[in-house]
Amino acid sequence: MSYLANNAQSVPTGFRKILYLNWPLTLLLISVACVGFLMLYSVAGGSFSPWAELQMERFVLGLVVMLVVAMTPIWFWRNVSALAYLGAFALLIGVEFFGEENMGAQRWIDLGFMRLQPSELMKITMVMLLAAFYDWLPPEKTSRPQWVIFPVVLILLPTFLVLQQPDLGTSILLMAAGGAVMFLAGVHWGYFAAVIGSVVGLIFSVFQSRGTDWQLLKDYQFRRIDTFLDPSQDPLGAGYHITQSKIALGSGGWSGRGFMQGTQSQLNFLPEKHTDFIFTTLAEEFGFIGGFTLLFIYMLIIIFCVVSALATKDRFSSLVTLGIAITFFLFFAVNMSMVMGLAPVVGVPLPMVSYGGSVMLVLMGAFGLVQSANIHRPR
Amino acid sequence: MKRNNKDVESAHRKLTRRAILLGGLQLAFAGGLAMRMRYLQVDQADQFRLLAEENRINIRLIPPARGQIYDRNGMVLAQNAQSYRITIVPEDAGDVDEVIDSLSQLMPLDPEDIERAKAEMRRSPPFLPITLADQISWDDISKVAVNAPALPGITPEVGLTRVYPQLEDFAHVVGYVGPVSDYDLSKLTDPEPVLRIPRFQIGKVGFEAKVESGLRGKAGAKRVEVNATGRVMRELDRREGEAGADMQLTVDAELQSYTQARMGSESASTVVMDCETGDIHAITSSPSFDPNLFVRGISVADYRMLTDDKYRPLANKSVQGTYPPGSTFKMITALAALEEGLVGPEETVWCPGHMEVSGRRFHCWKRAGHGHVDLNTSLKSSCDVYYYDLAIKVGMDKISAMAQRFGLGVRHDLPMSAVARGLAPNRAWKSETYGQDWLVGDTVNASIGQGYMLASPLQLAVMTARLASGRALEPRLLKSIDGIEQPSTGGAEIDVSAANLNTIRKGMFSVSNERRGTGYGSRIIADGMRMAGKSGTSQVRNITAAERAAGVIRNEDLPWERRDHALFVAYAPYDNPKYAVSVVVEHGGGGSKAAAPIARDVLLQALYGGTPPLDAYPTKDRDRIKTQQERLEQERLKRKRPNDSSQA
Repeated sequence: MSYLANNAQSVPTGFRKILYLNWPLTLLLISVACVGFLMLYSVAGGSFSPWAELQMERFVLGLVVMLVVAMTPIWFWRNVSALAYLGAFALLIGVEFFGEENMGAQRWIDLGFMRLQPSELMKITMVMLLAAFYDWLPPEKTSRPQWVIFPVVLILLPTFLVLQQPDLGTSILLMAAGGAVMFLAGVHWGYFAAVIGSVVGLIFSVFQSRGTDWQLLKDYQFRRIDTFLDPSQDPLGAGYHITQSKIALGSGGWSGRGFMQGTQSQLNFLPEKHTDFIFTTLAEEFGFIGGFTLLFIYMLIIIFCVVSALATKDRFSSLVTLGIAITFFLFFAVNMSMVMGLAPVVGVPLPMVSYGGSVMLVLMGAFGLVQSANIHRPR
Repeated sequence: MKRNNKDVESAHRKLTRRAILLGGLQLAFAGGLAMRMRYLQVDQADQFRLLAEENRINIRLIPPARGQIYDRNGMVLAQNAQSYRITIVPEDAGDVDEVIDSLSQLMPLDPEDIERAKAEMRRSPPFLPITLADQISWDDISKVAVNAPALPGITPEVGLTRVYPQLEDFAHVVGYVGPVSDYDLSKLTDPEPVLRIPRFQIGKVGFEAKVESGLRGKAGAKRVEVNATGRVMRELDRREGEAGADMQLTVDAELQSYTQARMGSESASTVVMDCETGDIHAITSSPSFDPNLFVRGISVADYRMLTDDKYRPLANKSVQGTYPPGSTFKMITALAALEEGLVGPEETVWCPGHMEVSGRRFHCWKRAGHGHVDLNTSLKSSCDVYYYDLAIKVGMDKISAMAQRFGLGVRHDLPMSAVARGLAPNRAWKSETYGQDWLVGDTVNASIGQGYMLASPLQLAVMTARLASGRALEPRLLKSIDGIEQPSTGGAEIDVSAANLNTIRKGMFSVSNERRGTGYGSRIIADGMRMAGKSGTSQVRNITAAERAAGVIRNEDLPWERRDHALFVAYAPYDNPKYAVSVVVEHGGGGSKAAAPIARDVLLQALYGGTPPLDAYPTKDRDRIKTQQERLEQERLKRKRPNDSSQA
C-alpha cells in the first residue's frame, strides 16, 4: 500500500474537504432535482402531495448521503466494493423471495421507512467492484481471456437476476454500464466487436427468419416488435402510451403550453406521468426550450464527471467516476429515447426527476463517490 | 504489488483515449436526442397540437327545441313542456343498491327500469349519469329533492318533452312524436347525428311526421374538454342550435273540439272547409285517443284497447277512410248531364220505384216510386231512378270527369298521414284494374254514388265547397310557418255554366228548406244563415231478392257493422257561402237522420263562432237543442279539466 500511502499526504483533511467538493456538479444536481419537484408539483394538478413533497424529503436525505460518502476517503470505498457488491447481490436474491409485487414485477424490499429497489443499488456496486477489479489487475493482463471471463460473470449474474423480476430496462442498463467499464479499463476491441457483431447478426437473422420455416420468434412476438416500430398500428393498445407521449411532446412546440397548462398530462392522457413519462410533461409544458435545457444540464454533469475522472491518476477513481457517469447517461438517454418513440418502453426512469426514492438515493450516493474521488485526488 | 511505471502510464493514456471516445459518443447521442426533440416539437408541432386538441375536445350535440303548433287563433295544439327524470351517478352514490332501495321508499320505481339502469351502469364509466325513472310527477320530484341529502348520487333532472294540451281533439290532425327507433333510422340513408341523441323525439304520425323537417330545427353543439377517461372537465364554448319553426294550422280549436264532442261515441268523421279560401276549420275523426299516451310510450294494455276497438279510434277517417258517397254524389251526375245539355231542369222522369236496365231491376229507395220527377225534386227527395235515367244518357266517362273536377278521386295534398285518393271510376279504369268491360249496370250504380265510387269525408267537403263557390278550392291545413302566411292554392273558376251550378244549388237548398226535403228536419231558420245540403245513405251490403221479398229490414234491426253509412254534405249561408261541411257516420243508418243534424249543428257553430242562439233552430227542436248544448258544454269542460291541471 505504499503507493497510496505516498499520495495520502497531499489529500485535504477534516472540514477542509468541503472546499474541495465539486461545487459546480453539486449545483447541477440540485437544479435537476428542482426541475423534478416542479414537474411533480405540476402533474399532481398543482399540489405538493402526493409526490413533490416526498421527493424533496428524499433529495435532502440524498444530499446528506452524498456528503457522507464524499467525506469518506475513496480508498475506503475501493476496499469495501466487493462487500458492497455481495450485499447488493444478496438483496437481489432476497427480492426473489421477500419482494413485493408492483405492476407485475418483483422489485421492492420493504425496509419499513422506505421501499428499496436492490437492482438500483446493484448498478452502482457493480461499477464499484469492476473498477476495483481493474485497479487490482495489472494492465497487461486486462485482455487475457481468463481475466475477461471474471468481470463478464460479475456483470451477467445480477443481470440475469434482474431479468427474472422481470425488469428489462435495468438489465440492459447493467450490461451496458458493465461493458462500458470494461471498455474503459482497456479490454481489447476484438471482444466488443465480436459481441456487437453477433448481436447484430442475431437480430438480422431473427428478422430474416420471419415467415420462413425456421422462424425464430413466435408471431405474436413479431407483432410486438411491429407495434414498437410503428405504434400507430395499435393506437389504443400497445401503442397507446407511446402515441400519447409523442402527442404531448409534439404539442409542446417551441416554448411549451405553459406551466400546468399541458392538456395531455393534466387530463391524464399520459401514462405513468409522475415516473417514467415525466419528461413528456416537461416537454409539453415548457416546450423544446425546457426539454433541451434539461438535456443540456444532464450533459454538463457528464462532462464534469469525465473531466474530473481524467484529472486523477488513481485508476479506481477514474473508472468509478466514468462508470457512474455512463450509468447516469444510460438512465436519461434510454428514458428520453423511450418517450420520444426511439426505443421500446422498457421502464427506465428519468434520473433525479422521476418520482422514486431508490433511484434518487442510490444516484446521490454514487455522486458521493464521484465527489470523494475528486476530494481525495492526489494533488 | 509493485507496478511498472511505464505500464501504469500507458494504461492511463489508453483510459483517457477511451474515455474521450465514449464521451464523444455520448455527446453525439445527446445531439441525436436533441434533433429528435426538435423534429417532434418544432417541425411537427402543429400536427401534434392538433392531435392533442382532438384528444381533449369532444363535440356534444344540443337537441333543438321542437317547433310549437297552434290553431288559427293561436291556441296551443302541441308544445314542449319540462319533463322530470331521476338520474344516478354510481360514483357519487357509493352503495348503489342501498340508494335505490331508499329511493323506492319515496316513490314507485319500475323494477324493469332498475334492471336496465343497472345493466347500463356496468357498461359505462362510473361518473356518467344514468336515468333511473323518466316522466315523473312533480310530487315525486319534490319528494326526491327534499330528501336529496339522504340520497347521494341521485339528481332530479329537467328535460323537454312534447305535450298535446288538446288531448283527443287533435290526435288525428297533429299526430304525435316518439323516440327515434331503429326502424326510423333504417329508413334514412344518412340520418342526422341529432337523431342519435338518446330519447330524442321525432314525429311519428300526422302533421308532426309530415312536416318533421320544419318542426325539428337544427341541433346546436358545445365543445367540452374531457380527460382520458371521458369525464367532462369544462365547457369550452357552445353554438346554439336553431329551434324548429312554429306552425299555425287553419283549424279552429274551438270548432274542432265542439265537432269532436258533437259526434259523441259514433264512429264518424266531420270536415269543415272555408268556401272562400279552402282553409280546413275542423277535421275530426271519432272516436279518438289521447296522443300523450304515445309520447310517454303506450302500455300494451292501452294499445290493445285501441286496436281491438271495432270503431277503430287509431284510424283517421277524415282523410284515410273512403266510403261510397251515396246520394251526396247526385249533384255531380246531375251537373254532368246539365253540362252536356242532355236534360233541362224542367224535364221529368217517371219513377215507378224501380228501373229495368239490361235485364236487371234497379230499385229506388222509395219502393212506391216518386211519380213524375224533375231535377229539383230529384235532389229534394233523392229519387234514384231519375239518376239512373240521367247516367245512362250521359255515360260514365263524363260523370267521372265531372267528379274529378270537383275533387273526387283526386288526392288532395294535406300534411296528414295516409291521405286517400278515393275513386271516381271510368271505363279505362275498370278494364285496367279488372280487365273487364264497363257495364251499364256499373254506370247506374255509380250515378247514385254506389258501386265503385269511393270518397273520403275530406273529398266530400272539397266537392261541396267547390259546388258552393264555383271555384277549384284546394284544402289548406298549414296556415303559417313562424308567422309567415302560407299561400292557398287553387281557387280558379271551374269551367261550368253558372246557370247549371245555380240549378244544383237550388236543389240543395230545397233539400234543407222545403217540406219533404230529406234534410228539412235539420234546417236552419235564421235569416241569412240558411243552409243547402244533400243527404246520402250508402249501402254496405247487397240486398238479396229473398230479403226484398220478406220486406226490407230496417237498419235498426241489423248488426252495427251491416247498417248503412249515413252521409250529409252542406254549405251555408246559401246566398253567400262561408263554410262547407261533410259528415260521415259509419253504419249510422239514414243520412238525413244520423248525419244531417251533426252537419247543421257544426255549421251553426262555425257561422256564429261559438254557441249559436236557439232561434236559429226550428221552434219545435229548441228544447231538445238546448239540452244538447248544455250536455256538450259539460262534456267539453270535463275533458278540458285534466289538461288544465297538467299545464299548471
